[in-house]
Amino acid sequence: MYEFKYHRPTTVRQAANLLTKFSEAKLLAGGHSLIPVMKLRLAKPSDIVDLSQVEGLSGIELKGRSIVIGAMTKHGEVANSQVVKDALPVLAEVPGSIGDPAVRHRGTIGGSLANNDPNADYPAAVLGLGATIITNKRRIAADDFFKGMFETALAPDEIITKVQFPIAKKAAYEKFKHPASGFALVGVFVSKRGSDIRVAVTGAGSNGVFRVASFEEALKKRFSPKSIEGMTIPADGMNSDIHGSAEYRAHLVAVLARRALAKA
Amino acid sequence: MPAVSLTVNGKAVTADVDPRTLLVQFLREHLRLTGTHVGCDTSQCGACLVHINGVAVKSCTTLVLQAEGANVLTIEGLAAPDGPLHPMQEAFRENHGLQCGFCTPGMVMSAVDMVRRKGHDLDEHTIRQELDGNLCRCTGYHNIVKAIAAGAKAMKGSSPAA
Repeated sequence: MYEFKYHRPTTVRQAANLLTKFSEAKLLAGGHSLIPVMKLRLAKPSDIVDLSQVEGLSGIELKGRSIVIGAMTKHGEVANSQVVKDALPVLAEVPGSIGDPAVRHRGTIGGSLANNDPNADYPAAVLGLGATIITNKRRIAADDFFKGMFETALAPDEIITKVQFPIAKKAAYEKFKHPASGFALVGVFVSKRGSDIRVAVTGAGSNGVFRVASFEEALKKRFSPKSIEGMTIPADGMNSDIHGSAEYRAHLVAVLARRALAKA
Repeated sequence: MPAVSLTVNGKAVTADVDPRTLLVQFLREHLRLTGTHVGCDTSQCGACLVHINGVAVKSCTTLVLQAEGANVLTIEGLAAPDGPLHPMQEAFRENHGLQCGFCTPGMVMSAVDMVRRKGHDLDEHTIRQELDGNLCRCTGYHNIVKAIAAGAKAMKGSSPAA
């Protein structure tokens, strides 16, 4: 790791002030994305602002027709939450599929979203449910939040505090797991809430998570795998690497979308 | 250098550390608790597994500064220094749940955490599933799984790990 200065604020405001003061500062949540890239010297933050002692950033609440999850809530807490399992079980399944038990004891929802790894699972759930990201400054709709690989709409001194998920009537997530890393080679999240139909894809796109408009349009008539039978998406803009070609990933998107619809 | 204060195996510890110090480095190099191992150093293999406030974490992917005020338990603290082995350690010994032994401390800490989360009656499928984050390069899983099932049963009625 490169050298850095360490800060341990106790309020969101203090944390935001540190981000303003040090332009090369980074927030540390669970650290399970940031610490590995720092160890590889792929990240060189001048300052680390550890959020672990900031009160009030954790917890899961049912609020009307939505579930609100604090940014520092660990994957394991969401995966095992009875509130989530009862109201929107797929939202417990998604973090339950991340890493392994020890990783899920540290990794956080806020950290995952702020990082916006193109293979991460949470972005698919957030975009696939049309969730709202709540920060210390504003509320950001999922459709406006993800801006490309490792890029989000967050301003340099902006901190995610909560994520609000509407409870969809029908929703499912299907993931083709990389057998070693557990990351989504491709993951497809589908949901239907009234007339809002969403198909969100992670792992496949070279710009990170995206929606499949053609599938969503076809599903308006009937929310069923039959509605997208035979449909494909172009391989342009898909990731291509040693784990799978762009064509393979494009193919998986359609397959997993049909499986998710069958499950929803 | 910033200071860190935490409890390790029941003992209060305070030290000035380079902020880059990983929890596993602190345990091994500062406290000489070398039972916790570094295998892959990329949070995959689980040889570095310790408990922070009773929950299993990968100490190679945690800064010691993140453990400020926490209660850390390592393999050395699982059983009393002169007392009998912890039931899970005893089960690993009894079932020969190891080959070279490098992954064993992490396996045992993972197994104790598994019992906390999943209870004392663990079937083979559950154990294999929950052991996702612990790799044994000797591929000695067969006896490890047997040891965990036996250890989980033996932990019934015994006092929970400190």
